[in-house]
Amino acid sequence: MNLIIISLLVLGITGLTAAVLLYFIAQKFKVEEDPRIDEVQAVLPGANCGGCGFAGCRALAEACTKAGSLDGLMCPVGGAATMEKVGAILGMTAPESEPKVAVIRCNGTCEARPKTSEYNGTRSCAIMSAMYVGESGCAYGCLGCGDCVAACPFDALHINPETGLPEVDEAKCTACGNCVKACPRHIIELRKKGENGQRMVVKCVNQDKGPLAKKNCANACIGCGLCAKVCPQEAITVTNNVAYIDFDKCVVCRECEPQCPTGALWGMGFAERLSKSSAPQTATTEAVASAGDEKFDPAIAAKIAQLKTPLAVFPNCLRQ
Amino acid sequence: MSTFKIGGVHPKDNKIYSAHQPIVECPLPQKAIIPLAQHIGAPAKPVVQKGDKVKVGQLLAEAGGFVSAAVHSGVSGTVTKIDTTIDAWGMKMPAVFIDVEGDEWMPEIDRSSDVIREFKLEPKEIIDRIAKAGIVGLGGACFPTHVKLCPPPGQKAEVLIVNGVECEPYLTCDHQLMLEHGEEIIIGIKLVMRALGISHAIIGIEKNKPDAIARMTELTKKTLGIEVRPLKLKYPQGGEKQLIDACINRQVASGALPISTGAVVDNVATIYAIYEAVQKNKPLISRVMTVTGKSVKQPGNYLVRFGTPLSQVVEMAGGVPEDTGKIIGGGPMMGRAMNNIDMPAHKRTSGLLFLPEDESRRGEVENCIRCGKCVSACPMGLEPYLLSRQSELKMWDEMEAHNVMDCIECGCCQFTCPSHRPLLDYVRSGKATVGGIIRARQAAGK
Repeated sequence: MNLIIISLLVLGITGLTAAVLLYFIAQKFKVEEDPRIDEVQAVLPGANCGGCGFAGCRALAEACTKAGSLDGLMCPVGGAATMEKVGAILGMTAPESEPKVAVIRCNGTCEARPKTSEYNGTRSCAIMSAMYVGESGCAYGCLGCGDCVAACPFDALHINPETGLPEVDEAKCTACGNCVKACPRHIIELRKKGENGQRMVVKCVNQDKGPLAKKNCANACIGCGLCAKVCPQEAITVTNNVAYIDFDKCVVCRECEPQCPTGALWGMGFAERLSKSSAPQTATTEAVASAGDEKFDPAIAAKIAQLKTPLAVFPNCLRQ
Repeated sequence: MSTFKIGGVHPKDNKIYSAHQPIVECPLPQKAIIPLAQHIGAPAKPVVQKGDKVKVGQLLAEAGGFVSAAVHSGVSGTVTKIDTTIDAWGMKMPAVFIDVEGDEWMPEIDRSSDVIREFKLEPKEIIDRIAKAGIVGLGGACFPTHVKLCPPPGQKAEVLIVNGVECEPYLTCDHQLMLEHGEEIIIGIKLVMRALGISHAIIGIEKNKPDAIARMTELTKKTLGIEVRPLKLKYPQGGEKQLIDACINRQVASGALPISTGAVVDNVATIYAIYEAVQKNKPLISRVMTVTGKSVKQPGNYLVRFGTPLSQVVEMAGGVPEDTGKIIGGGPMMGRAMNNIDMPAHKRTSGLLFLPEDESRRGEVENCIRCGKCVSACPMGLEPYLLSRQSELKMWDEMEAHNVMDCIECGCCQFTCPSHRPLLDYVRSGKATVGGIIRARQAAGK
C-alpha cells in the first residue's frame, strides 16, 4: 500500500513540476501569430495545389493577412466566392475575377496526325520532348504521355484512349495551372470559362508553314487568316503561322468558326460545330461537361452522344 | 595496364562488323544542306547569301560567339536558301541549302596526299588556324577545339591526352583513322603540343585494338615526349574525365574543368582535322563515320562531306536492312534513335547503327530491387537510383545536392539495371531542369 502511495506522489510531483516548467517555457518562446491566419486558412479549399503561386493554402492565408489589400491574391480553386469570404474575415474587398478553365490547344488526334515513329522510352512528355519531335511529325502538338494528367491534383484531366489526347473535365477543373506548368510543349492555356462555358479556341499551336503543318496533322491551324478577316471584334491575330483568339475581346459570335478550313477553330461548349471542313465532327467530353455544368439538358446530351459515334471507328491508339 | 578507378561496364563491343574496313569516300550529293549549329554553343552566323556561288572549303558562317565554331562548305555550287531544316530527331535547325555543281575547291587547300611534316608556326598562329577551320571535338560533344586550347587564366596545360579509346560499341571510325592516317595524327599531336607549349603527350588506346596500338607505338618510337598507353577495356573510358583518370591517375573535382588537372584531351579525329587545317589549309568539311549493324550489307567506315544526306551514306552501305527496328545516330550507349535519315551529315554524326527489330526493344520496366548495381557502375560515383527517383518526384534541390550536374550521361546505370529501369531518362531530364535552375540563379545573381 505504501509503495502505491509513494509511486503516486513521485509521479504526481514530477508531472506537476514538468507542467509548470513547460508552461513558462511555452510562454517564453511563444511565436506571435495573427489568429486571422487560421480563420483564413479554414475558408480556403485546403488542396495545397499551388495554383495561387504560394507554397500552399497556409502560405496564401499568411500572405492575405499580411497584405494591405487583396489585389493580386487569388485562390483559383475557390474563385471569387472564397476570396469574398477571405475579404470578410480580413475586412478587405476581394478583387473581381472571372472563372478560368484549362484548355488543350491541340486536336492532333490519332486519325488526324499520322504516326511517323514509335516511342519506346519512358512514358513522360518531359523526357520524350527532350529526346525528339514525338511520334508524329508535329513538333508542337501533344505528346500524349499524360504529364498533365499526373500533375492535376483535382482529377480533371484524362487521356482519351481514342484520340490519344488529354481532355479537361470542366466541372472539376479549378484552373490551378499545374498542368500548364507540366506541359513541356506549352499547349495548355488557362482561358476564361465564358458565359455558360461557351468560348472560342484555336486548338493548335503549330508554327510551321501551312503545307507542312497540314502534312503533319489534318487538324492543324495553317495560319490562313480567314478567321481574323471575319472577326468583327478584331480579337484574332495570326502570328508565326498560327491564329490566336484574345479572350478579352472575343464575344463568342462564332463568325470565325465556319471559316476555318481545317477545323482547328472550335466553339467550345456548343452542342454542334459550325464547320465546313470534312473533319469528323467530334464533340468531346469537354462539351458534355460544360453543357451539363449548370443547365443540364437531356436533349443536348443525347445529341452529343450521337455526335460521338464516329469515335468508334477511330483506331484505338492509346500509345502504350 | 591501367583504367579508370570507379564504375564502368563491359558491353559487348560488336566492332567486328566494320573493323578494318578501309575508309571509303562517299559520293557528292546533288543537294547539300549544311547546318549552322554543328557544335556546342552559339550557332554560327551565315556570311553567304542566296544566289552566292561557293567552293569546297569556303566559309559559310562565322563563329557566333566565344564558344562557337565557323562552318565551311563541304561542296561547291550555288546557295539556294538559308532556312530551317529538320534534324535527326525532327527538331528544327538553321541551315544553308546548296545546289551542288561540280567539285571546285578553294585554291589555297592542298589536296595532295603528301604528308607535310615541317612546321614553323607560332603557337598563336596554330590556334588561329584551328579556329578559322571551325574544328570541334569530333568525339561526340563537338566543343570548339580552339576554346579548349586556350586554358583559362591561372590554369596551365601540362599534358595532352589523345583519345583513341573509342569505347563506344560498334563504332570503328577512330580505329580505322589511326591505322590509315597514323603519321598525320602524330604530326597533329606535335602541333597541339606546340600550341599548348607542352612536351608530353599520351595516346590512350583500348586493348581491343592491338593493331592500332602497334601502329602508333611504331610511329612514336623515334618521337620524344609522345607515348602510347594501352588501356584495359571498360566503358566509358573515352569520357574526358575517365580518360584523364586512366592515363595520368588524376581526378577532376566535382564542378571543375578537366584542365584543372593539367590535362587537355582531344580525340584522334580532332587531331587529324587539326593536322589537315594547319598543314594543308583544309577546314573541317568532312569526317569519317561508321555505318554498321548486324544486318547491314556493307558495314564500313565512310568519309562523308558535311551536307550529304545520311540516306545517301546508307545507300553506299547497302541500304536500310529489312529487319531494322531502330536507327541510332552514334553508338548504342550514348547515341539517340533517329526518326529522320534524310538529315545531312555534320560534325556530330560519328556513326549510324542499324539495330534489328528484336534487339531494339527496351526490357519491361520492373521495380527497383535495391541491388545497387547502378551505384557500382556509375563512373562519376553518383547514385542513379536515387537521382532518377528524385527526378520523377521533381525534387530539384535534392538532385543538385546529390551532384546531378556531374552526370556524364554515359548510360552505365541503365545498361546495368536488372529491372530495366529508365534511370538515365529520368536523370538526364532532371539534369536539364537543374541546369536551367542553376543558370537562372547565376543570371539573377549577376
